[in-house]
Parts: sequence; C-alpha cells; structure tokens
Amino acid sequence: MPTTAIEASGLTKWFGADEIKTYAVRDFSFEADFGEMLFVVGPSGSGKTTLLSMISGILRPNSGTVKVENVEIWSLSTNEIADFRLRKIGFVFQDYPLFPRLTTVENVAIPLILQGRSWHDALDEGLKNLETVGLKDRADLPPVKLSGGEQQRVAIARAIVSRPDILILDEPTASLDGDTGRNIVAFVRNNILNEKRCIIIVTHDDRIFCFADRILRMADGRITSIEQAKAHEK
Amino acid sequence: MNGLNKMKWSNLAMAPKFGILRIAYELLVNDRAKFVALLVGITFAVFLMVEMTSMFSGIMSRASATIINIGARVWVMDPSVQTVANTIPLPDYTLDEVRSIPGVKYAVPLYSGGALLKLHSGDYQAVNIVGLDDTSLVGRPQLVSGNIQEIFAENAFIAVEDSEFRKLENPKIGTDFELNDHRGVIVGIAHVASSGLFGVPTLYTTYNRALQYIPNTRFTISYLLVEPKSPQDVPNIKKQVAAAGYLALTQEDFMQKITKFYMYQTGMGTNMLLMTAISFIVGLSISGQTFYTFILENLEKFGALKAIGAKSHELVMMILFQATFVSIIGYGLGVGLCALSIWLAKIHLPDYAAIIIYRNLWIALGMVVIIAGISSYAGVRKVLKVEPFDIFRS
Repeated sequence: MPTTAIEASGLTKWFGADEIKTYAVRDFSFEADFGEMLFVVGPSGSGKTTLLSMISGILRPNSGTVKVENVEIWSLSTNEIADFRLRKIGFVFQDYPLFPRLTTVENVAIPLILQGRSWHDALDEGLKNLETVGLKDRADLPPVKLSGGEQQRVAIARAIVSRPDILILDEPTASLDGDTGRNIVAFVRNNILNEKRCIIIVTHDDRIFCFADRILRMADGRITSIEQAKAHEK
Repeated sequence: MNGLNKMKWSNLAMAPKFGILRIAYELLVNDRAKFVALLVGITFAVFLMVEMTSMFSGIMSRASATIINIGARVWVMDPSVQTVANTIPLPDYTLDEVRSIPGVKYAVPLYSGGALLKLHSGDYQAVNIVGLDDTSLVGRPQLVSGNIQEIFAENAFIAVEDSEFRKLENPKIGTDFELNDHRGVIVGIAHVASSGLFGVPTLYTTYNRALQYIPNTRFTISYLLVEPKSPQDVPNIKKQVAAAGYLALTQEDFMQKITKFYMYQTGMGTNMLLMTAISFIVGLSISGQTFYTFILENLEKFGALKAIGAKSHELVMMILFQATFVSIIGYGLGVGLCALSIWLAKIHLPDYAAIIIYRNLWIALGMVVIIAGISSYAGVRKVLKVEPFDIFRS
C-alpha cells in the first residue's frame, strides 16, 4: 500500500460565471498520508467543504487532479466514482443524516448493503461496528432515540463499516457540546485511526485541534499554512 | 488507472443489490402514518374504479341476458334493433329466406316480448315471455324441476328461478296464472346463466303459444336464431342477410352492440367514465401528495446515500419499488373490498347488478400503474436532482 493516501494538485473550483464567478478553491495542492489525522480548518466560506467534496469524488473540480492511492479519481466514469466512494471513503456528515425509520444497526449496514452484501451479513457486520463504537445495546433502536453523541458514533460506525481507507468527517463537533465533541474525536483518534487509514476532519472547533497530526489552514480558497500539531509529536 | 481497482469497482456496480429494496421496504412500512395514507388512497381509488366498472359490467350482462341464455351463434334482426328488449318483428318469409342461405345449418324463430300476468293471488306482474321454436326448442333453459316435454302440454310455461322468481310468488309445478284471459300453468322450473336487467321475471313457452296468448302485430318473429354449418360461413351469412335488408350478428357482436348503445346513447357510459375519472383523481391526489411528501422528508438521506456511493438508478429503483409495493397492496385491498361489498350487497339485494370481470381488474390495474407512475415521477425527479454536495452544505 502506498504511504500517500491522497494527492491533490492544482485544485481549482469556481461557482457561477462572468461577473458572479466566485472562486471557492484556488490552485490548491496537498498530500495526506495513511496513518495520519489531518485537520482542514478555516473560517466559514474559506472553501473547506468544497475541497472536501473534490477530494472525495463528490464535486468535480474545474481544474487540477486528485489521486487516491495513485488512481486519478476524476478520470473515472460517474458510476466508477460512486463505487470509489462506496469502497474507499467513509463519510461522517455534519448532521449525521441517519434514517429515522431504520434501526441503528440497519443505518450502520447501509454501505455494505449498497455494496451488494446480503441483508443479514450486512447487519451482522453492522453490529460488530456498533460494538466498536460502544453502542451494541442500541442496535435495535431508531436513531431518534439516541443522544447527539450517540448518533455521531452511529454515523462513525456507518462510515467505517466497509473498512474504507479514507475517513472524512465534516464538522464532527458542530452539533455536540464541548465534552462530547472532544470525546468523539478522541475516540476516532484512538480507535479508528490506524496505519492503513487516513482521516481528514473539517472543523473550525479549535478545542479539538490537539488531536490532529497536521493542521491545514485555509482562507479564501487557498492554503494559508500547514502545521505539524501536538498529536504528531506524541 | 490501476486495472485491478477499476475491475473491482466495475464488479461492484454489477453486483445484485436486493438489500437496497429491503431498505426501501423498511423506510416505507416503518413510516406507518404515510404508509397507511398511501394505502388508503390507492385502496379507495381501486375500490371505486372496480365498483363502477363492475356495476357497468353487471348491467351490461343483464342487458344481454336473453342473448346469453338462449345461446344462439347468430342472431338475425331488423337493423334498427338497439337492445335485445327492443324487438322489431320480422316478416315470416325471412325465415325461409335465411334458411336458404348457403352455410346455414338451421334457422328457427324466437319470440321475445313483454306481458302482464294475473297471479294466483290476484296481483298483476309484468313478465318477459320467450317463445321457443315449437319443433326444436332451440335456446331452451336448463330445467331444475319438471320435464321439457311438458312445454308442449296445454297452457304450459316454464318459470326461470332467478332473482326475480319471487315476484311470481315463488311458483311450483302446477301453479297457474292468467295471461290475457288465457290460463297458464307452470310445468317446469329452470335456471339460466344471467338474470334480466329490468327486474321482471321470465317465462319460457313455445313460439306458437306465445303468439296465441299475446296480442301481436302483423309480423311476429322477434329474432331468427341461426346455426352456421361452420364458423367460416358466418361472414357469408352476414353478407346475404344484409343484402336482404336485415342484420345478422354473432352472439358477441350483438352483446357489443347493446353495450355500445348503453354506453354512448343513454349517458350510462359518461357517468361511469366520470366516476372512474373522479376515483382516479382522488387516488392520485392522496397517493401522489403523500408519496411526494415521503420523498421530500427523506431527501437529505437520499443525498447522503448518493454521497456514500449509491447510484442514481439504485435510488430510482428504491422509489419505484416503494411505489410498486404500495400499489400492489392497495390494489389487492381495493379489489378485495369491492368483492366483499358486492357479495354483501347481493346477499341483501338479489337484483344488485355488479360483476367483477378480468377486464375491470385490468382497467383498475392500469389506473393504479398510472397513479404509481405519476406519484413516483415527482419523487424520482427530486431525488435525481439532489446533489451529494448538498449534503455537505446542509
């Protein structure tokens, strides 16, 4: 397995045209390695979400390339990109969008079901992942019966159930109180991160910066700095 | 790109994913309120559609009762005849004329007309009299009591035991009555395939006795019943009869002519069409709106599925599965409810004219497919438009 998980080069994305053309990301290049927890931080409107979308195969850049494990993802067909996301990337969205009409374990099993695994296999695997995040006893409850922190952990279980190489967390602490947020990120750092996985967290919550290996700061769609962080020193 | 990876991802795209249909199923049935609303909408629409079309079929079947019960292959009549009850007598010589047409195996006269009976109790009752050819008795009903030979006895009539039978005061063999000052006697009780439309009992007798008992016009033959030598002879018989100025119709043609008359010239068809259209609109409104709301409520989740790696066609499949599932259940419930209501109605109202035939079921199924199609179309459009990127911006 290569040590570099993601290699983005010259990424540029703009929205609109002519007078209303707005650059979200400009000529952005960076690398993220396996075994690394990379934080992308910056103020609102700095282009963090756009960057995240481009490197995860969701939003096509206007120019530039994104290589994941040496595969240029934007040269793939639409269906291949969808399969790439399904197999290689785990997402933890800001509001966790969990299906309220499915049980917790069914929500976790969704990526495996989308991969074509049988219902029961997927649920068995989902249960194991719920155990990983400490929510096995909540498996049959609907997500609405869980607290915000528990829902976040369900979203993490869903993100890792298909053993993705790259995990992307979008503002994981935005909907949580300070302690719960810290606990979640600490949990991810201690239990989910390993040398075969790269974790990218988009956040503007400076209380969790201490968990990062590197912090990539953005403003107006550009990198303003890349810092080695405390966690790296550990 | 890396060939191995590409192959893996392509295989993934080809893998059967029945699990997503299970997700679709769980999403649908676990949202009890909307699921019930969808079912109620479709069930109600199907119930109304099947009920209306079944009533029409029932009425049409009864309007063609004489044709069904007599069972002749070809009927010869005056071209102006519109329904079997609206007879225009044919001259006697047409019988010989038709018998002489090549391809005719035999042809016999039939009398069909109304009369007023004075029952044993002294009450009067309108009846339909069918006079069968004296020599062949072609079109005779199936007797459940009595002997068909008794029809040749003096004053003999056969009563049909259908939903109107009780109006003859439930006669038995030997029960007598008066018909235009002639004595009539019931010599047999018969069953027929279909009851008449107009709520009057039917009596069978011989052709000549019918003419003798009932005042008649100059011409007396209501219909000529023709048996062709082979089905291939029917077109020629029709042509020859038409050349003589009359109309020859097969049993199916005659029934269709009656159906067209009721449908297009009585307002019955318009009413049925209106009711069916209203049922369709009601069903579409309830189901369409509920289904669309259901999709809207789950739109963010569908976006998340897309972001995770679900393809558009898989999401479309989920929506179509949900629409199909709820439609099939609603259709079954609607048809079942309709069958139950017709059964209950017939227990209490023997004259209730409604029959569920396959054509009605197909029509209702077609309507349900359209309702499901339109309902899911809006949802599919919405889901196809949702961008996975939106999930990050939420």
